[in-house]
Amino acid sequence: MKLTFDIQGGDFTHAGFPSSEVKKVLKQLNIDGKTIKRIVIALYEAEVNVVAHAWKGVINVEIDENKITSVLEDEGPGIPDIDLAMQAGYSTASKKVRDMGFGAGMGLPNMKKNTDELVIESEVGVGTKVKMVNYF
Amino acid sequence: MSGSPIYHALDASKCIGCTHCMKSCPTEAIRVVNGLAVIDYDRCVYCGQCHRVCPTNAFYVVQDDLAMIHSFKYRVILFPSIMIGQFPEKYSEDQIYDGLKKVGFTHVYEVEQPLQVLIDSVNEVLMDPETPKPAISVYCPAIVRIIQARYPDLTGNIILRKAPHNLAAHFAIERLMKEGARREEIGLFYATPCIAKIAAVKSPVGETESIVDGIVNMNQLYNEVMKVISDKNVPDYSAERQNLSCEGITWSLTRGESCHFGSRGIAIDGIHNAVRFLERVENEQVQGFDFIEMRACDQGCASGILLSGNRFMTVERLERRAKQYPAAKDIQPEVIKVNTADLKEKLVLEPILPKPHFIFGKERVKAMEKMTRAQRIVCFLPGIDCGACGAPNCHALAEDMVNNKAKMSDCIFMQQQWESEGRIAPAKAFLNVQKKWGTDRFKADCNKRGKRNEGF
Repeated sequence: MKLTFDIQGGDFTHAGFPSSEVKKVLKQLNIDGKTIKRIVIALYEAEVNVVAHAWKGVINVEIDENKITSVLEDEGPGIPDIDLAMQAGYSTASKKVRDMGFGAGMGLPNMKKNTDELVIESEVGVGTKVKMVNYF
Repeated sequence: MSGSPIYHALDASKCIGCTHCMKSCPTEAIRVVNGLAVIDYDRCVYCGQCHRVCPTNAFYVVQDDLAMIHSFKYRVILFPSIMIGQFPEKYSEDQIYDGLKKVGFTHVYEVEQPLQVLIDSVNEVLMDPETPKPAISVYCPAIVRIIQARYPDLTGNIILRKAPHNLAAHFAIERLMKEGARREEIGLFYATPCIAKIAAVKSPVGETESIVDGIVNMNQLYNEVMKVISDKNVPDYSAERQNLSCEGITWSLTRGESCHFGSRGIAIDGIHNAVRFLERVENEQVQGFDFIEMRACDQGCASGILLSGNRFMTVERLERRAKQYPAAKDIQPEVIKVNTADLKEKLVLEPILPKPHFIFGKERVKAMEKMTRAQRIVCFLPGIDCGACGAPNCHALAEDMVNNKAKMSDCIFMQQQWESEGRIAPAKAFLNVQKKWGTDRFKADCNKRGKRNEGF
């Protein structure tokens, strides 16, 4: 089954809605609680990245019998050096974003930690595409 | 058929099928069928919200008969302190105690004593680094049940210590047996402010068997006491309250627990607030708190559905009363007269297990198919959650449809559309609505809400 959500850049107040909805569905499907937690954390981090850095984006979640695939595509500044961005603590978040309690540089490492597959493609000045897969 | 026990039910002669209960049920356990509310007991958590919102008092409590107390030699009434707050101010505590004795009880115990034993025991749990945080109080049975059903992963956060009514029950037994009573001669009766506590006493979670012999509806007990209460001089019963502390008296009120526990405790009251908050806790958006007090009723037990007093006035009376009592820690151990170490041991609950309720069934592939179908159905429904189909919202109707409990034609908007497209005869459409709401629904009836003699 498929779920689609739009993300608005800068809208921190509504961040968390998609991961919450996905969680509800996974709970209904009798997925193990620890797996749900990992998926929800990764999805939330990915969403916050779009909110904090990009202008807008869309999340497409597909749930199959044995896995969940979340694809986040945004229109934004892109990531110039993905390897650098993957390092814990590395952040390009603005002071404003950090003041709100985000942008500690843990987003991508957390996503890596909590997913079974993580693929990031990015083009500077155009946008970023993140694909995350978790197996049940 | 449902195998779940029944502690409350609906009087079909009073129900007007108005959908109030259905719309406010936190677990969507109510549907309107043939013009009457029907409870799905497998989903019900006994929060009592349906009783609260019913305009015709159609819900009633399935309770024990008060006459049963006479089959015991020692008849103990255990009641939470909020009951004192129900009585008119002119009656003293002793006059109320005296009234309870006249009703037929030999011993009168307010449940929130000796509370320090419970406070110490809960503190030990909180100090244990193994305890998942935030730890959630076990106090409100409706909250425990909603966690089991909707937030199964949080069951591990519930503090496994019994509620004050168990504490008082063990305490009463120990004391009476010390005075020479045999266990089988002692009948323990709990005056309950709500149906959740009835369920907790009759089919406890985390206990093999309940310690209490029977339940007394607090409203009924109040009426019985009011028949016999005296406003004259009565004996001094203060000895029966010598373990009562100021903490005990306010324990059942909002913040009654949370102000004692943890470095940061928070109190949530109201079932819908609790659901929203549990959602946050589950999402790990509640950081830094180590203790959560959570009650299904706003103002805590002061607004229990089996109480008659105004909840705000009850709170005020209890707060004032609490000031006249000592702190729990200042009550001398010799007064307690029982072995507190034993008592403490008895307070430990068995683990509380998750009991997830799967709307689409447990089997993943089938559940996914059903969910996908339900999503597709929702696309066609009007999305205004009017309830005219007999389900609380469009989503719930779609769920019912994929579970073969409802049809597309239950939606009156779909019917209208089909009529305009000539796909269904108006007479047939009308029949469908009559089926859902009963044939009497369309008759003029001056007993409806807003009827004659009833202001708008």
